[in-house]
Amino acid sequence: MTTATQATPMTRLFASTEGRLALITLVVFVLMSALSPDKFLSLQNFTSMAFQFPEFAILALAMTLTMLTGGIDLSVVGIANLSAIVAAMILTQVTGSGDGVAVLMMAYAAALAVGLVAGLFNGVLVATLGLPPILATLGSGLIFTGIAIALTGGSAMMGFPPATAWIGNATLLGIPAPLVLFAALAFAMSLLLTRTAFGVKVRMYGANPLAARFAAINIDAMLIKVYVISGALGAIAGMVVMSRANSAKADYGSSYLLLAVLIAVLGGVNPYGGYGRVIGVVLAVLSMQFLSSGLNMIGVSNFARELIWGSLLIFVMIVNTWRAKGRRS
Amino acid sequence: MADALVTLDGVTKTYSGITALDSVGFTIAAGEAVCLAGENGSGKSTLIKILAGVEQPDRGRITFGGTQQGALNPRLSAEAGIKVIFQDFSLFPNLTVAENIAFSAEIGAGARLVHKARVQDTARRTLARIGVDIPLGAAVETLSVAHKQLVAICRALATEARLIIMDEPTTALTEREVRVLLDIIRRLKADGVAVLFVSHKLAEVLEVCEKVVVLRNGQKVAEGPAHDFDAASLTRHMTGRDVAATPPTPLPASAPELMRVQGLHKDGAFADVSFTLRAGEVLGVSGLLGSGRTALAKALFGLVAPERGTITLDGKSIALGNPLAAAEAGIGYVPEDRLTEGLFLTQSILQNISIGRLGAHAGASGVLNLAGLIDEARDWLKRLSVKAPDPDAPVRSLSGGNQQRVVLARWMARSPRVLVLNGPSVGVDVGSKSEIHGIIAQLAAQGLGVIVISDDLPEVLATCHRILVMKAGKLVDDLPTGQVSETDLAHRLAS
Repeated sequence: MTTATQATPMTRLFASTEGRLALITLVVFVLMSALSPDKFLSLQNFTSMAFQFPEFAILALAMTLTMLTGGIDLSVVGIANLSAIVAAMILTQVTGSGDGVAVLMMAYAAALAVGLVAGLFNGVLVATLGLPPILATLGSGLIFTGIAIALTGGSAMMGFPPATAWIGNATLLGIPAPLVLFAALAFAMSLLLTRTAFGVKVRMYGANPLAARFAAINIDAMLIKVYVISGALGAIAGMVVMSRANSAKADYGSSYLLLAVLIAVLGGVNPYGGYGRVIGVVLAVLSMQFLSSGLNMIGVSNFARELIWGSLLIFVMIVNTWRAKGRRS
Repeated sequence: MADALVTLDGVTKTYSGITALDSVGFTIAAGEAVCLAGENGSGKSTLIKILAGVEQPDRGRITFGGTQQGALNPRLSAEAGIKVIFQDFSLFPNLTVAENIAFSAEIGAGARLVHKARVQDTARRTLARIGVDIPLGAAVETLSVAHKQLVAICRALATEARLIIMDEPTTALTEREVRVLLDIIRRLKADGVAVLFVSHKLAEVLEVCEKVVVLRNGQKVAEGPAHDFDAASLTRHMTGRDVAATPPTPLPASAPELMRVQGLHKDGAFADVSFTLRAGEVLGVSGLLGSGRTALAKALFGLVAPERGTITLDGKSIALGNPLAAAEAGIGYVPEDRLTEGLFLTQSILQNISIGRLGAHAGASGVLNLAGLIDEARDWLKRLSVKAPDPDAPVRSLSGGNQQRVVLARWMARSPRVLVLNGPSVGVDVGSKSEIHGIIAQLAAQGLGVIVISDDLPEVLATCHRILVMKAGKLVDDLPTGQVSETDLAHRLAS
């Protein structure tokens, strides 16, 4: 058995993935504060960050769930845009009375339905037909984007009733609405993963799909549910994007896919499945946003940011793989 | 001995605190056949891996032909002429016999292009060397198990093998095929090639061996000339006690029928399998590797979908090919390969038990009663006396015997009616083995039907009321345990 070394609370904290991540987040925060104290440490910057990250953070939650099963959902951005366009068509074509809340609710319901159906489609491809998730969702993502382009001709849809702006731009007791939405979803996801039979099955399946089959877990139903939830989260992210951009377009948020994958992996989710915690993903979201805002302030271009994210993803994977090897031997 | 081909001295290997090999030493001379006997988990596989250079020993010396070796790796071992033939042969099923035989030799010679003529020539010469005739152009996947083994031997020979290590060479062979193998071994020995047989059933190869080495719990417990050993003394050394096959307490004549299998058929795996299982009965299904015993076990639990036939439990028929339906009906299955099929290695011990009970501890909303779930799993750890210092540690950290009890606990917690145990004591130590046998007897006493699938004959004889012998996919014998001896049973399996 392993000999218990003298573990202070500090060393124990940093022995866990989430503990190290908390440290990284803190380091990024301090670094950015030091590089550009007056801009980074301003209330305005914090508010702006709180409006910015929820849309891709919600996609990262979807990615976390599918990655826990050892799969991935590359169609989330496609789902987000397609749901936003379906919602936008309702918002622009159905004229409601007053501030348009009734129409908006109808549009949201339709968007969510699109997300659920798209997720069901992915779930059937992966669970029932047994396609590899990475290819199934790569293909379905193109289908969803293709439908979105066909519906709009590729141009942006605008001219929504004022109520549409709320979810992306309002504040609740001074807290940005998208942040509240993300916090609620993250909390719900955490409960789902740790407190429900479904969550336990997701993790166990990710740890060993074959053993899950031998343990008589209803794998097909579980996987379909996973991709349906992922699709629903995609649709919700689509609503936030539509509200903040005050428009919908088939190719919005194209950089969010890589970002969502990066955040999940950085957040300690094992891409082979079986391990991942929502708290880790939240910390990864924060550190990415600090990094991204900070780089913006010191004048690094948006194009360079994608380069940095890609490199970071590879780097984190190398470190994780290397650590996993060290533990095994 | 100066002319020893391979000398091991004080070789020790531990895996995360568990000693797999403890100061093991012996020699193998050129042209000598050595029998390395030991039960599963005795350290045999570790020793093979060390000789093959796959694993590094923590301590100890290894000498090849008088030269002491530093850290070995697979390439160095191969260059020294040490070839391992694993149980699955590691052949390329889609390639031809000739390509398989010549593959390693071609790579070893640094060939970058495929020379068809040379490949054919190498293969033909190697086959001639052991006096066997197999069509060179046949795809290996179409060959019988015995022929695949010969191809694997030829592949080793084609690369100047000086020591061929054969892992469980006879588990899938009929008696006639074993005799062919023994003849080939004699030819190899005459050629100066040494052979190390590694197995838990070696009585049948004793006649060609010069020396026997027995491992138990990682230690060498016996070594000597082969003619000093027989099947009984080998078993005694391997298990550390006289395994008197005391059959279980007889089944009362009034025991009602519990499960009935009729005309179960799966193309290429098993045909027309019918039997009944009574409440409280332990039924053994024994057969060679490849006899269809594992496919049958899986079919009973819905993991393999038979084309025809019925399985009924308490008179109710169970949907075929659906593990969920089987589990729902009260059938449990403890798989053969604990590590890949049975356990979620990275997940906690408790989690591994409670996975089967999620449904029972979840409310209508799907929210788990975590406290109840965990308490129940802890209770099972106690009931099966699983030695788990930290129940929240990954199940990987447990020994084989304790891991097997975790899988058993998962199913027992579901109060099944029938438990199918495929190789219930594979890879567990002797102590755990007898405790697992005790658990099986207890389960039967509670009125469960237990089906034990195993080729461990002493185990089958000690635990089962009745033994079905399976051969080439068919049940050929139905024997009450009291009326059959181990030798008789072994003969029925392999004849």
